[in-house]
Amino acid sequence: MKLRRTMLYVPGNNPNMVKDAHIYRSDSVMFDLEDSVSVQEKDAARFLIFRALKSIDYENTETVVRINGLNTPFGVDDVKAMVRARPDVIRLPKTETPDDIKAVDKLISEVEKAAGIEEGSIKLFAAIENAKGVVHAYQIALSSPRLVGIAFGAEDFVTNLNTQRSKGGLELFTARQEILMASRAAGLHAIDTVFSDVNDDEGFRREVELIKSMGFDGKSVINPRQVSMVHEIYTPTMEQINSARKILRAIEQAESEGSGVASVNGKMIDKPIVERARRTLELAHLSGIYLDEMEEEEFNA
Amino acid sequence: MNLIRTGKSGTLESSDVMITVRNNPANKIEIKLKSIVEKGFGNHIRSFVESVLEEMMVVSAIVDIDDRSALDCVIRARLETALHRAAGITVFNWEEIQ
Repeated sequence: MKLRRTMLYVPGNNPNMVKDAHIYRSDSVMFDLEDSVSVQEKDAARFLIFRALKSIDYENTETVVRINGLNTPFGVDDVKAMVRARPDVIRLPKTETPDDIKAVDKLISEVEKAAGIEEGSIKLFAAIENAKGVVHAYQIALSSPRLVGIAFGAEDFVTNLNTQRSKGGLELFTARQEILMASRAAGLHAIDTVFSDVNDDEGFRREVELIKSMGFDGKSVINPRQVSMVHEIYTPTMEQINSARKILRAIEQAESEGSGVASVNGKMIDKPIVERARRTLELAHLSGIYLDEMEEEEFNA
Repeated sequence: MNLIRTGKSGTLESSDVMITVRNNPANKIEIKLKSIVEKGFGNHIRSFVESVLEEMMVVSAIVDIDDRSALDCVIRARLETALHRAAGITVFNWEEIQ
């Protein structure tokens, strides 16, 4: 299981933020060549991210580059440069149809081949940011073997819907559900949109708790301060970890006695509950929480 | 690479560098460096910039550098951008840019 709890936005033409992007320990950093870069500076940002990716060791942090769309004068050059700089993932903004992804996939393949890079090594993220993208979410999710996830972009989405964002997020509910269902059905990660009011910690926490309970794997974040808040909410509590341990021990005991079901505190334990318990311990393990030696051995095996 | 106009790139923000390049009528490379880390890294920056110019086959240029403690990769990116702008190149040959 790979963690994508946080994808930190980094403006692509800001060397100070680019060089330190990984020190906040987000699971992914996303260097932006799109909306945060003015038209006059697209060439400068592209060179900067190209050189940064070739020079700076971002350690275990996943590197993602948000390119400009292929329907802009900048998208093709972005792909040609970025594939050669080898980020882990290229993120396509404003994805509306499966053909958008197929076109980027084809271009990435051509550049990989020309540059002698193993084909398929650069992964893709689709960002869905309008109604057309939402209604095509499942077809988009199936459109390329490179896809590892779908991200939701709510700012453009609410503009497209002729509405605005509210703290409760009612206007985003259907889009979030569609993107989540499409991602799960295709075996991809689903990443929620940014929360723009960086001074509203309480509102941010409520939104992260909401999207976690919906099933999202994580959230795009625009401020390093938001990283630890998301990780804290996504990290299982000791109570959840202990409950998961009990469940796994009970099922192991039952299996050793030839049974597929067990009971913990009077509740029946079956396969989906066992799967959730395993996921809880895996999440705890990846979040850096100490597990007992037996469990560590199991995860390291 | 021939420089047909003045090309500029970068900012004066921390960790960035502002680089201006233009053709040199004296037909040689002249580097004018101002850096907050001049004492420790001035020679390194000059020789690094010279090596990038050589790699990009620039033989005649006046290069003004106002450095705010930029990493080499940032200096290189800003220099490449300024040179492409000064040469009027809008179609980038990524196969050649290593």
